[in-house]
Amino acid sequence: MMKEKLSRSTEPKSWLRFSAPQMFYPLAGKMAPWFAAVAAVLGVVGLYIGLFVAPTDFQQGEVYRVIFIHVPAAWMSMFVYLVMAFWSAVGLVMNTRLSFMMAKALAPTGAMFCFVALWTGALWGKPTWGTYWVWDARLTSQLLLMFLYLGFMALTAAIEDPRRSDRAGALIALVGAVNVPIIYFSVSWWNTLHQGASVSLTKAPSMASTMLAGMLLMAFAAWAYTIAVTLWRVRSLILERERHTEWVGHELDAQEGRA
Amino acid sequence: MEWASWSAFWAMGGSAFFVWGSYFVTALLIGVELMMVRHRRRDTVRRLIRLRRAAPPRADVRVIEESVQ
Repeated sequence: MMKEKLSRSTEPKSWLRFSAPQMFYPLAGKMAPWFAAVAAVLGVVGLYIGLFVAPTDFQQGEVYRVIFIHVPAAWMSMFVYLVMAFWSAVGLVMNTRLSFMMAKALAPTGAMFCFVALWTGALWGKPTWGTYWVWDARLTSQLLLMFLYLGFMALTAAIEDPRRSDRAGALIALVGAVNVPIIYFSVSWWNTLHQGASVSLTKAPSMASTMLAGMLLMAFAAWAYTIAVTLWRVRSLILERERHTEWVGHELDAQEGRA
Repeated sequence: MEWASWSAFWAMGGSAFFVWGSYFVTALLIGVELMMVRHRRRDTVRRLIRLRRAAPPRADVRVIEESVQ
């Protein structure tokens, strides 16, 4: 550890200095509100386009408007898991504490989006397929993703020793990441009730463009939201983990003075 | 604007339950998550302040920890 610090301090101007929790903590605090603001703006515009501008779908009628939540949530649930796997790999290779904390901070939001994808999918499935649930490859692998998120959170919370907890979580994140391409390609690999990747819902290009715009705006909103919430969450994790250090002591004093 | 009236908007062409069921639950979960994150922050800060009061860090330990960090 001492070695790690020494090698780091030789390049204090590098962006790598933010891999030190002490440096990242204030940065995260400064960035989070901006991402939250971006998420709010994109969300409002996306909802406006999705609910008021985008036309009725010629096949599905109005129920297709679930798409503006369903698809961004499903994308995010897969993407967040890959990011967790990425940080886990970085943590294992570079032995950086902050990487593991990032993976842990991401998990609840990924799980939330995963649940939203399943929930909205069920509500969309009933009127279009006649059933809330079917054990096809897409739905089943997405359900598995939900259990991977829950397993990651349960396991990392259950292990008291932070280093062992980090490593166990990283293992689930990395092994489980195999499931993400399976979800994504399931619709083309297997014969699923779930439709294939569709951005062109209608034949008319003008219709598709407002639908697509609404969906992409919501997806970017989900991105910004995830970043904001993760940064807020990682700040608590950092304080917790670094509680014995001098700088956290100062931060706590400052917080106490404010209260 | 796609809708003739607000009631047509809320009716969602007869799919109100499915559409608003999706939007409502999503909004609810986002609200709950934001509250949990906020709560966790407050909870962590309070708890650590309490811990620090109960067992103020010893100067010698602090020096060692700093050098190890």
